[in-house]
Amino acid sequence: MAAGKSTTLTKLIVVALGMFGFGFALVPFYYKICEVTGINSGDEQSLVKNTQVDTSRWVTLEFDANTNEGLQWQFTPVQRSLKVHPGQLVQVEYDVVNTSDHAIVGQAVPSYGPARAGAFFKKIECFCFTPQKLAAGERRRMPVLFVLDPSMDKDLHTVTLSYTFFNADVKAQTAALRKTVPHG
Amino acid sequence: MSDAAHAHDDHGHHAHPTGIMRWLTTTNHKDIGSLYLWFSLIMLFTAGSMALLIRSELFEPGMQLMHPDFFNQLTTMHGLIMIFGVIMPAFTGFANWQVPLMIGAPDMAFPRMNNWSFWLLPVAGIMLLGSFWLPGGAVAGGWTMYPPLFIQGGVSYDLTILAVHIMGLSSIMGSINIITTILNMRAPGLTLMKMPMFVWTWLITAYLLIATMPVLAGAVTMLLTDRNFGTHFFNAAGGGDPVMFQHIFWFFGHPEVYILILPAFGIVSQIIPTFARKPLFGYASMVYATGSIAILSFIVWAHHMFAVGMPVSAQLFFMFSTMLIAVPTGVKVFNWVATMWKGSMTFETPMLFAIAFVCLFTIGGFSGLVLAMAPVDIQLQDTYYVVAHFHYVLVSGALFSIFAGIYFWLPKWTGHMYNETLGKVHFWLSVIGMNIVFFPMHFLGLAGMPRRIPDYALQFTEFNQIATVGAFIFGFSQLIFLVLVLKTIKGGAKASDRVWEGAQGLEWTVPSPAPYHTFETAPVVK
Repeated sequence: MAAGKSTTLTKLIVVALGMFGFGFALVPFYYKICEVTGINSGDEQSLVKNTQVDTSRWVTLEFDANTNEGLQWQFTPVQRSLKVHPGQLVQVEYDVVNTSDHAIVGQAVPSYGPARAGAFFKKIECFCFTPQKLAAGERRRMPVLFVLDPSMDKDLHTVTLSYTFFNADVKAQTAALRKTVPHG
Repeated sequence: MSDAAHAHDDHGHHAHPTGIMRWLTTTNHKDIGSLYLWFSLIMLFTAGSMALLIRSELFEPGMQLMHPDFFNQLTTMHGLIMIFGVIMPAFTGFANWQVPLMIGAPDMAFPRMNNWSFWLLPVAGIMLLGSFWLPGGAVAGGWTMYPPLFIQGGVSYDLTILAVHIMGLSSIMGSINIITTILNMRAPGLTLMKMPMFVWTWLITAYLLIATMPVLAGAVTMLLTDRNFGTHFFNAAGGGDPVMFQHIFWFFGHPEVYILILPAFGIVSQIIPTFARKPLFGYASMVYATGSIAILSFIVWAHHMFAVGMPVSAQLFFMFSTMLIAVPTGVKVFNWVATMWKGSMTFETPMLFAIAFVCLFTIGGFSGLVLAMAPVDIQLQDTYYVVAHFHYVLVSGALFSIFAGIYFWLPKWTGHMYNETLGKVHFWLSVIGMNIVFFPMHFLGLAGMPRRIPDYALQFTEFNQIATVGAFIFGFSQLIFLVLVLKTIKGGAKASDRVWEGAQGLEWTVPSPAPYHTFETAPVVK
C-alpha cells in the first residue's frame, strides 16, 4: 500500500510541475496562434483591419501624370490602371526624372476625374504632401498609399487620379500659378 | 474531545501535545478538517463584512463613506478571500473530515503534508489582509489580477501575488493528498463505481486543481517578474500583451469555477437521497456528468473575454462549447429532481438548503447560459448582471451546499443534534435575504449598471437600496449560524450513530461523535 501511495504521489507531483511549465509554454503558443491566424498584429491591424472593405464592387483606377511647362522633369505613373475594392489599402508608384542640368524643387498637385471622387480618396502617404527636390539627372520612385472610402458613390466605376508637378520656385512658375487652382 | 484523546491513548501512541501545539502539530484528518472549516468561517465573516461595506456605500448614489480606491480594494479583497479563503478551504475541510470516513480509511494518505496544506493558508490570509495597512492599501485591481493594473500597483500587489502562490501550493498539496487517499486507501470491496458521489466529485475536483493551480502560479509568477525583474510578458511598453494574461488566467479561471461547484454537487448528492429516502437516481450518469463537466471546463475559458476582441470563429467556438456544459449540468439537476420524485421526503435543515441549492443554482446556471451568448455578453460584460449570475452560483450554490453539509454532518462530528428551529430560522433568513440582495442585480445589469464602480446613475437607486437591505438581512443572519454551531459543539440532544433515518454509507457506521481514530482496521464493503 505504501508503495502505491508514493507512486501516486510521484505521478501527481510530475503532473503539477508539468502544468506549471505548461503555463509558461502558453506564451509562445499564444504568439504562434496570433501569427498563424493573423490576428493581433499591431500596425497592419490599425491600417487595414479597422477599415471595412467593400468586396461587393470593383472600382477601376486610372493614373495620370503631367508636368507644368515651367518644369524640366519627366514624370510617369509606374502602372496605368488598377482594379480595387473600396476600403482596400492601395499602394501605387510614380517615376520622376530631373532631365535638366541643375537641382529643382517641385511640388505635385493632384486632381481627380470626376472631381467629386476626390472627397473619397483617403491618402495615408503621398509624395504630394511635401515639395520634392531632385538633383540634376536624378531619378526617383515615389509611392502613394491610400484607401478609397467605402461610402464612395456607387455610380463611380472609373476614377482618374492625376498629378501635375509644378516648379516650386515662384519666379519660374509665376505664369503657371496664375492659371492653376490647386485642389486636394 | 476528551473521548477522542482516550481513544488515542488506547492505541498506545505517545500522548498528544495540548493547547495551541495540539492544533499546530496535528496530523489527524478530523482535526485538520475542523481547522479548515473554522478558518473558512472566520474568513466568511471577514469577507462578508467587506461585502456589507460595499453595499453600504452603494445604498445611495454619490460618494458617502469611503474613498473610491478603498471601495476598489474592498471589491478585490472580497472576491479573492471568498474564493480562496472561504469556499475552497471549506470544501477541503469537508474532504478531510469525510473522505476517509466515507471510504473506510484510517486517515489521509500523507498526514504531515496535510498539516502543511492547512497551515500555509493562515499565512496567506495574513499576507492578504495585512496589505490593507501597507502604503497604498490592499490590492485594488480586481480579483482577476489583470495587467496593466497589477503591474503598476504598490508593494501590496507583490504580497498578494505571493499569497496566491502560497494558497495555490496549499491547494495542490491538499489535492495530491485527496487523490492518493481515494485511489489507494479505499476499504476492500469499495470499487470506484461504488464510491459515494461526494468522494467522486472531490476526486475530479482534485484533478482539476492539480491541472490548473500550477497554471495560475505560472501566470502570477510572470506578473511578479514583469513587476520586479524587467520581463515583458504582459507589459505592452516592452512588447508584451496584457490580453495574453487574460487567456492564461481564464485557462485556470474557468476550471476553477467548477472547482468551486463540483464538491457542492457532491454534498447535495449525499443529502437529497438521505431525506428522500431513495438511492440517488442515475448514479453512473452523475459520475460521467461530473467528468464531462471537468473536461469541457478546459475548452471554454475565452467566454470570460468576448469583449476584448477575438475572431468570430473563436467567439462561436467558445459560445457553443460553453452551452454544451449545460447538458451534463442539466443531467445532474434532473437526477436530483428524479431522486426526490415520489420519495418519502422530510425537510430538515440540510434538505432545505439542498433543495434551495437545486432551485437557485439552476437560476444561476441559466443566467450563465444567457451570458454564454457572445452578442449578449458584449452588452452585459462587466455589468451587475454578471454579479447577479456568479453570486447565484457561488452563494446559493457553493455556500448553501456548505451550510447543507455542515447541518448534515455536524451531528456526526460533534455527537450532538443541532437546534432544528434555529437551523430553519437561519435557512429562511438566508434564502430570503440572499434573493433580496442578488435578484434585483439582474435588472440593474440589464439596465446597464457597471460593476466595480462606487457611484451610479440616479435611476438605479431603488434597486440598489433593496439589494443593500437584503445584504444586511443575509449577512447578520449568518450570526445565527455561528451561534448554532457553537451551541451544537457545547451540547444538545445526543445524536445516534446513524443520525438520519435515511442515511447510507460508511461514515454512519462509526459512533457519534466520530472517535479520534476510525477504521484502523478497514471495513469490508460487500
